[in-house]
Amino acid sequence: MNNAPALLLENVQLALGDGDARVTALDHVNLCVNAGEFVAIVGPSGSGKSSLLAIAGALSAPDAGRVEIAGQDVTRLSASKAARFRRENLGFVFQADNLTPSLTSAEQLQLAGRIAGRKDVPVDALLAAVDMSHRAGHRPGQLSGGERQRVGIARALALVPRLLLVDEPTAALDRARSHEVVELLAERAKVGGTAVVMVTHDRDVLGHCDRVLEMVDGRLSELEASAL
Amino acid sequence: MFLALRELFFARGRFALMGVVVGLISVLVVILSGLASGLVNDGVSGLKSLHVTSFAFNAGTMKDNAFSRSTVDAKQVSAWQGVDGVEQAEPMGVSIVNGTTQSDHQIDLTLFGVQPGGFLSPSAEAALSAGAPGDIVVSETAEQNGVKVGDTITLERSEVQLRVAGFTKDQATFGHVDVAYLPLETWRYLAGGETQAGAVTPERVNAASYELASVVAVKAAEGAAIDTAAADEAASTMTMAKKDSFNASPGYQAETMTLSMIQVFLYAICALVVGAFFTVWTIQRSKELAVLRAMGASTGFLLRDALAQSVIVMVVFTGLGVLVGLGLGALMPDAMPFSLEAGPVASATVLTIVLGLIGAAVSVLRVTRISPLRAFGGAR
Repeated sequence: MNNAPALLLENVQLALGDGDARVTALDHVNLCVNAGEFVAIVGPSGSGKSSLLAIAGALSAPDAGRVEIAGQDVTRLSASKAARFRRENLGFVFQADNLTPSLTSAEQLQLAGRIAGRKDVPVDALLAAVDMSHRAGHRPGQLSGGERQRVGIARALALVPRLLLVDEPTAALDRARSHEVVELLAERAKVGGTAVVMVTHDRDVLGHCDRVLEMVDGRLSELEASAL
Repeated sequence: MFLALRELFFARGRFALMGVVVGLISVLVVILSGLASGLVNDGVSGLKSLHVTSFAFNAGTMKDNAFSRSTVDAKQVSAWQGVDGVEQAEPMGVSIVNGTTQSDHQIDLTLFGVQPGGFLSPSAEAALSAGAPGDIVVSETAEQNGVKVGDTITLERSEVQLRVAGFTKDQATFGHVDVAYLPLETWRYLAGGETQAGAVTPERVNAASYELASVVAVKAAEGAAIDTAAADEAASTMTMAKKDSFNASPGYQAETMTLSMIQVFLYAICALVVGAFFTVWTIQRSKELAVLRAMGASTGFLLRDALAQSVIVMVVFTGLGVLVGLGLGALMPDAMPFSLEAGPVASATVLTIVLGLIGAAVSVLRVTRISPLRAFGGAR
């Protein structure tokens, strides 16, 4: 179990839409991400990056192929089993405005714990790790975009997930903040042993990643370092 | 509850607004309950206090105002006395009269002519006796209006004088008019029309020849079943069970039906308002809920949280509304038919809360259909 890759996609197929509007979102996608690896996936809009995250995050099932996370086959889990799997193994960081508006930063993390029935989330340590201790009592409305992202990352890491899925974390951030956030992710991957898969169109920050893959028309391919 | 409480606080303006609406509805619910109880009391408390199983009216009497229209004779009474399962059957006279007190105060009375010492007799300190045929026992509501023991009431037109000998323990009214119990023979004396002005004496009463009564009051033996149809057939009467006879009190049916209709509307409004609010509220929260779903929150977790919000709002604001309603009720003028009774108010309160929760639940169920995929996507 320990040696199993954090994420394994085998020949995954996914089509979206109906009839004439049917589009291939994922076309024979293969992907293997090990624990502690920081992988970035780049590509134009509409290339299927979000679908990839949805499949990798046990949020939707592929039409064909296998999805394995930390050694467990999650391809065809029922909605409630998938929810359980997600809260026990996965962390999500979404694009923006994805914190609960009514909760302070500290409470966002506590809520993450309560979803899994746990009240022992190390809130202070997590906030310190993302350098947000001084904003523990603030609500999202009082935080800047970069600060919200950092709280979002702390929340995603609250239950020590095996796999962290990140969707365009720097979309609403300026250059400096973008680098800060991605550096943070890289550090968490190395230190915590969490596998991180980040979807982004920001080529600027790719230097922090271990591997970069490109998604075009539903097909995934590894990029050489020189192509960056 | 963790999230529910914090959200309630965070969006307290919105929740307070809806809460105020719920509170106002609750105030109305309480006031209507008081009105309904008051009208019922004013209409039929006199009948309610009788230990009667059913009334037998003369066959063919129009149901509306049947008490005043019906007349029964001695044969019909004895027919009923012989029926299987009947413990007692007595004749009873009902009529409405107008009169003035000695202080020139006008008063209307519904006369209940009953046999002194019979099962219809009021349990008052001053008992009715054939020896003092002009004595009447009046509803205690008359005492609140200034009538005193010993007062003389002079009836209009006939100029007959009746003496107030005592009051009933509880309110006894019929068709919004105070009830006055008097001996059946005195009632017959008055109903017969051959009266003489002034006091009612035993001689004058004995001289009267009117032998009829309005209805036969029937009391069934404990646990016995009476073959009403057969008894009615034999006595040429039409029986109405005590509860059904309420409709024979003038205006009762119309009043209670109107109020019931208003109450039903109010409950419907409550459910719809709360439902509408929570529908909009759930839609506003859908991105946040989608994120929680993606994080792995179970459907049960989300539903419990959403329902907790509606329970807190409904209980708190209905409670506040009821308190305000009770306060307002205490300020109601005595002249209004209004009576706040614990039972009806409590059940009205519970019904308001339950219907509000049903309204909320229907909209909150949308929560189960929020797909976690909605968590993806750009900034709002």
